[in-house]
Amino acid sequence: MRKFMKNNAVQSILISVLCIILGMLIGYIVLLFIEPSGAADAILSVIKNFFFYPEGAVRTKYFGATLVKTAPLVMCSLSILFAYKVGLFNIGAAGQYVAGAALGIYAALALGCNWFICLLLATAAGAALGALTGALKAYCNVNEVISGIMLNWIALYSTNMLLTGVKNPNTPYTINISAKNPDALLPTLGLDTLLNNKYASVAIPLVILIVLLIWVILSKTKFGYELRATGLNKNAAKYCGMKEKRNIIVTLIISGALAGMGAAFLYLTDIEQWQCSASSVPAMGFNGIAAAFLGCLDPIGSLLSSFFIQHITSGGGYVDKTVYCSQISDLISSIIIYLCGFVLFFREYINRRIALREERELENALEAAKAEDSDNKGGEGK
Amino acid sequence: MILLIQYTLIFASVLILVALGGCISEHSGVINLGLEGIMVIGALGGALMMRFMPEGASAFVIIISTIIVAIIAGVLYSALLAFACINFKADQTIVGTALNILGVAAAVVIVKAINIAQNPDNPSPELSYIAQKKAFLVNIGGFEFNWFMLVAIIALILVAVMLYRTRFGLRLMACGEHPQAADSVGINVYKMRWAGVLLSGALGGLGGLVYITAGVSQWSFDIGVAGFGFLSLAVMIFGQWRPQRIALAALLFGLFRALSNVYSGFDFLTALNMPSTVYNMMPYIISLIVLALTSKSSRAPKAEGIPYEKGQR
Repeated sequence: MRKFMKNNAVQSILISVLCIILGMLIGYIVLLFIEPSGAADAILSVIKNFFFYPEGAVRTKYFGATLVKTAPLVMCSLSILFAYKVGLFNIGAAGQYVAGAALGIYAALALGCNWFICLLLATAAGAALGALTGALKAYCNVNEVISGIMLNWIALYSTNMLLTGVKNPNTPYTINISAKNPDALLPTLGLDTLLNNKYASVAIPLVILIVLLIWVILSKTKFGYELRATGLNKNAAKYCGMKEKRNIIVTLIISGALAGMGAAFLYLTDIEQWQCSASSVPAMGFNGIAAAFLGCLDPIGSLLSSFFIQHITSGGGYVDKTVYCSQISDLISSIIIYLCGFVLFFREYINRRIALREERELENALEAAKAEDSDNKGGEGK
Repeated sequence: MILLIQYTLIFASVLILVALGGCISEHSGVINLGLEGIMVIGALGGALMMRFMPEGASAFVIIISTIIVAIIAGVLYSALLAFACINFKADQTIVGTALNILGVAAAVVIVKAINIAQNPDNPSPELSYIAQKKAFLVNIGGFEFNWFMLVAIIALILVAVMLYRTRFGLRLMACGEHPQAADSVGINVYKMRWAGVLLSGALGGLGGLVYITAGVSQWSFDIGVAGFGFLSLAVMIFGQWRPQRIALAALLFGLFRALSNVYSGFDFLTALNMPSTVYNMMPYIISLIVLALTSKSSRAPKAEGIPYEKGQR
């Protein structure tokens, strides 16, 4: 049991589950404050999400919808965790996601490109914004969190400006890609029939591949080792001859590319259109932070945690809206991020308890051995 | 022109208050990235107070009570940051970001709950306080003087005196420069850092209240405070963590923010024929440029961002 508890992965999972339970509990308490009678139903519908529907086919359809929206979230959380491994907090992922959406949608609607080009352009847009943050950090020593936030707003306003050119004249949203340029939709590979959801596309398997790729890069290559070394101690890495400035910029380029590609994975399925009058950055990038930390900064962990975060975010849509509002899910995920700040403390606490118990046992064993020793001596004396 | 000055001054007041908050917190050694969220919660407290104020309350009562409620809300909310970062040595960046997201989410949930409770068909995240807001304004000629401008100036003087002229301020700054040395002469570093964060919460909450009453009389809480908390941090860095320079930096940034409200009143600006979005982007672009130029020779407190551990050498 103790060996089991000492295992890093086991500790991580335990802590994440604890964060989820506490987050849910606080969410429930908030619901109780708003209106006690329906609070239990409301929190259950958040947890249930697509299980809300009793029938198999409809349930599969909404399961598919959750998966479609999980894909970009995984990309955003990968973006955050990749940068975090190098000691950078890329809060600009939200803006890089927006830039990806802008160029991806614009290429699809105004330039008439096919899906592959759109995907590449979206990725490049995110990467370019990431590069800018990286260069500011490496050469001008600008805190990446503050420059990231500034770029988020700049990206948002520029995107609104760019995409107003391809706006549907009757709604605040951009034109449907499926109506204007079906070539730009991501190929479905038969997943649409499998999941009974026409938006399911190649994005879902691609995301799993990218998760594995990032895991391999970070933990199995020299490049990944250098990046992690830079994150652990910038000066030591520099002293060992690693180019820490280059590493910072490359990291943020990759991080931005991931976020930009994530946007393409959402908007090129046509499940959502860009709202040209958007007054705040889409929540996807910020939810990515929750997913990354809840997944304990591990690529595979973030796959699971992203699904969970998207699950409760979608589940928020099923609460009784005459009493509560769907933002209760945002509240729960932000509480989860706050609790993730205590991870280090939890971990230390567990390890200290184990160490203490081990020490006590060692002492007991020693004393027992001593006692046995003196017993033996006493025996000899007789 | 008067309109431009008026808006510049009121936005500068917001930036001064919040940037001073960030400045105190960083001088005590804690990076307060949660200022954005603290502003939202302070604004929420103030807005709710105004909303539920009885009709005939006098201007003085309205001003004092909303200010007090906004400050209390900000202080309580910033305690979440202090608790996690000082006592539990949590990562200050993560916790600050969590507070920003949590602030917006909580404000939306609370405001929607209030709106839905009054009318189930109105699930909007907006609060309006048109009549009560007039209490803050005094017309002097064409110029709308806002009491908050005075509050910002008083806060500026108080903070400048406190930091450089009082025992408390100097001790606070010692905790941000070299906490071990401060501890060795008997200063309680944890207490000082708590004080720094709570003071920044008070100023941040007040700044949030000023922001949502600047030029508007209703606020939609789903957009938070539109990055103003982070703009204030940019002002603080540009002001090199010194109150006087922060005030000048705030005026500059306030000017660019004000332009987006009133640019249509200037013939030469409308003649340029730029879309209004460009003016909306302006404060953020300027702050990026300014940060790029000034961050290199930064005079940030030495020990900021590093959790203090008593036994550590």
